[in-house]
Amino acid sequence: MTLTIEDLQNIAKIERDRQEGTTYQINVCVAAGCLSCQSGLVKEAFDTEISRRGLENWCLVKGVGCLGLCAAGPLIQVQPQGTYYQGVTVNDVSEILDSLGGSPVARLECSQHQAFFQCQQKIVLENCGKIDPERIEDYIAEDGYLGLFTALRQMTPGEVIEQVTKSGLRGRGGAGFPTGLKWTAVSKAVNNTKFIVCNADEGDPGAFMDRSVLESDPHRVIEGMAIAGYAVGASHGFIYVRAEYPLAVKRVHTAIAQAERLGVLGNNIFNTRFEFNIEVRLGAGAFVCGEETALIASIEGRHGRPRPRPPFPAEFGLWGFPTLINNVETFANIAPIIRRGGEWFAGIGTEKSKGTKVFALAGRVNNTGLIEVPMGTRLRDIVFEIGGGIPGDKRFKAVQTGGPSGGCIPEEHLDMPVDYESLAAVGSIMGSGGMIIMDETSCMVDVAQFFMEFCMSESCGKCVPCRVGTTQIYHLLHKISGGQGKPSDIETLGELCDLLKNTSLCGLGQTAPNPVISTLKYFKDEYKAHIRDKNCPAGACRMQAPEEAL
Amino acid sequence: MKKPLRVDERSLRADVNPVRLLTFKIDDRDVSARADETILTVARQNGIKIPTLCHMEGLSEHGACRLCIVEVKGMSRLMPSCVTLPRQDMEVLTKSDRVLDYRRKILELIFSERNHVCSVCVTNGHCDLQALAVEMGMTHVRYDYIYPTHPIDATHPRFSVDHNRCVLCLRCVRVCDEIEGAHTWDVMNRGISSKVITDLNQPWGSSETCTGCGKCVQVCPTGALSEKGKSVAEMVKRRQFLPYLQMMRHRE
Amino acid sequence: MDEQMQSAMKSTEDRRWRLVNRTMRLHGHEPHALIETLHAVQEHFGFLDLDALKYVSQALRVPLSRTYGVATFYHHFTLKPPGEHTCVVCKGTACYIGGASGILDDFEKTVGIGPGQTTPDGKISLVTARCLGSCGLAPAVVFDGEVCGRMTSEAVLERIRRWTDHDPDD
Repeated sequence: MTLTIEDLQNIAKIERDRQEGTTYQINVCVAAGCLSCQSGLVKEAFDTEISRRGLENWCLVKGVGCLGLCAAGPLIQVQPQGTYYQGVTVNDVSEILDSLGGSPVARLECSQHQAFFQCQQKIVLENCGKIDPERIEDYIAEDGYLGLFTALRQMTPGEVIEQVTKSGLRGRGGAGFPTGLKWTAVSKAVNNTKFIVCNADEGDPGAFMDRSVLESDPHRVIEGMAIAGYAVGASHGFIYVRAEYPLAVKRVHTAIAQAERLGVLGNNIFNTRFEFNIEVRLGAGAFVCGEETALIASIEGRHGRPRPRPPFPAEFGLWGFPTLINNVETFANIAPIIRRGGEWFAGIGTEKSKGTKVFALAGRVNNTGLIEVPMGTRLRDIVFEIGGGIPGDKRFKAVQTGGPSGGCIPEEHLDMPVDYESLAAVGSIMGSGGMIIMDETSCMVDVAQFFMEFCMSESCGKCVPCRVGTTQIYHLLHKISGGQGKPSDIETLGELCDLLKNTSLCGLGQTAPNPVISTLKYFKDEYKAHIRDKNCPAGACRMQAPEEAL
Repeated sequence: MKKPLRVDERSLRADVNPVRLLTFKIDDRDVSARADETILTVARQNGIKIPTLCHMEGLSEHGACRLCIVEVKGMSRLMPSCVTLPRQDMEVLTKSDRVLDYRRKILELIFSERNHVCSVCVTNGHCDLQALAVEMGMTHVRYDYIYPTHPIDATHPRFSVDHNRCVLCLRCVRVCDEIEGAHTWDVMNRGISSKVITDLNQPWGSSETCTGCGKCVQVCPTGALSEKGKSVAEMVKRRQFLPYLQMMRHRE
Repeated sequence: MDEQMQSAMKSTEDRRWRLVNRTMRLHGHEPHALIETLHAVQEHFGFLDLDALKYVSQALRVPLSRTYGVATFYHHFTLKPPGEHTCVVCKGTACYIGGASGILDDFEKTVGIGPGQTTPDGKISLVTARCLGSCGLAPAVVFDGEVCGRMTSEAVLERIRRWTDHDPDD
């Protein structure tokens, strides 16, 4: 028994009828952010209250993925009006139910007309906060698996790759390698066995896009991987997820089981000869495993130590077989591209960076949470419009993008568009999409030290420049932030950064100096103040008193 | 009688001629290479010296010490010659100022990492690391010494390991795995706290898998692995067995 | 041999070992199942002891030194038994900017243990994490698996006090 398009449409219809059958729908966010503010209890309270009042046929309660504005959690949305309520507790449940049909509860309302919700454009997150991530039917009702059907039944593998190439999609894991080019390379590799790997080892501190996508819409990633499998000729996929994301792991497992039961994974998918299976592999807390060759080593059950490239995984990957590795967000873009065509996607964004990008806003900003904006959006708009500015009358100082491999962007560059090239031009990178906003109370030397401590302890220890170099840089920064730096230390720092950038084995070591290089470039005065005046302008570093220093 | 020369014409296609041999330049000298030979191999065939530490003839390449880096024209990053394959018409520089400067810094980083005190080391005078320092004219280390505290393990009846001298080239790990086949050695932890271990990080003497062959000791570039009861003058490493074993294993 | 026998005994009698064996069987006892198996051991036993590492090595035909190397390379694995309660402080960027280091300092001052340590009575372990992905709620702290956002030193120490005071054993 295989699934046909009629079956798919049927499932979608039944699901839509089920949802449209009730007058109201309450979507409670049950992604990790809101769950940690007890949104699970809120959902239960709604369920109990509704069955107590016997309103099951009038109001449907649904646990959905991330609604975006994590700062206001637990967040719920009442449909069809689209009213958001923030900071909902168990005690507010009756009041909200009472208000249905009347005017909303003003006390809890979170305006849906604010810039945070209005200035976004959602492709990857189109279903986040809309569907129940634990029900495949809900995904299918939103045109889910239609992309896979189209690819398998109406397109050749070459045509699928052509659409992806045409879309201009670039890898969302950080480096921005054109996805179409990668797919072409793997499809050309001559081998009967090939693998698809989804990199969900989101190790950047300050980034939670991949987690949210997997928690809110796991089927989208599975569909993208299956389409990729068809395009390059692979029948087996792995999702490499961090063990630190138990909820995402659980939902991915559930989604795979549902997809297998329905027949969108397995043999003879949609009555074709195409077969595809997905396995989950858990990371174990190593940032370096985000690097392709280290990730492969980790799936093979070994230490996550990178090896020199070439050969690239496209030729010599998992167990030596050609392997396509893409990030969660990259795969999440595939189904819409196939459904709506590469040209539609290429119409969004800038000349060289197409589509949208998901960012995780965090740090000293009012609206922390998950956002998706077209490429080329001004950084200032992200921080001050969508992000709602800096809390507590503090002054903006810098925005850090790209995690430990990225840089700090000062106020003077706030008007630049966010795309791969512009970010690289100011010494940062797109990275996977973490965006940390810092205000005047953050010390840039301290921030550089924080990232270097991260890189030092995440360095795999294979090559000398990264293993010893990160340690030496960290020690220098530690000395400077403690008020014991020498004027010559700034020069030594610069030299070491240059050495790491040019001689390290993998991306981790080559980009590890970026936070130091960018802060040295834009905030040199702060370094000087620490060294010359033994003073931390932001008041964050604890200077040792002179006698202690002796 | 002389055999007539036979050519299968179907196999002659000018349009798919695979490039198996190529020529390129090292330090402005024209050299030729097979496409699967590394830049380091070709350089050594031509008598061009490139310093190495983790590289060892007869073992797999590790590509980690980064001392064999060379400059390739048109590329901003420096390439490790032990794992980089040449391309037709590539121009490689092994002794540019930039290369020499970076190599020096990397060597100094290695010296700053652990406690390399030559005067009290058992391999003083026969040490690869010491020789590299002499060759590169290293007179001082510009970085602060990290001075970690590392133990010495002398539990093995014939050998001892002094982690203070280890440079993590992993020659011991590779020779034990690839040549001896025991895989007694591996690395624990990561980053700056990486350390070579035997079995479950237990004293070498209590290792269940160690065959006591001593290959690891012979390939160790420094005084990290040494034979007991040998004086400094005697502690010369013998490595002839590697090419010999390679040859014997592959004869057919 | 004795040890092997012991391991085999363990594997059938203890339900936890049966679950570990199941993981290995699902992966066909292939060496590449090492990390998945170590996850299973840690999930069921709380940590990886040397006997377990030895047993897994033998069952998957992985060299002992590699098993030990892998177990220590990944920070998720621990070779020490955890305390009765575990407190995980997130040290991701957002939490760091939000004051996680202050929480750690105060924790050390009051409870007397630093990251990666367990109190001498075996009651509380303090661990740091590299970003839990709850950056919107920085600083985040996990108490025995329950994620709590927007924490302060006072709130954390209050939770710890509840652990130490209200345990029925005391």
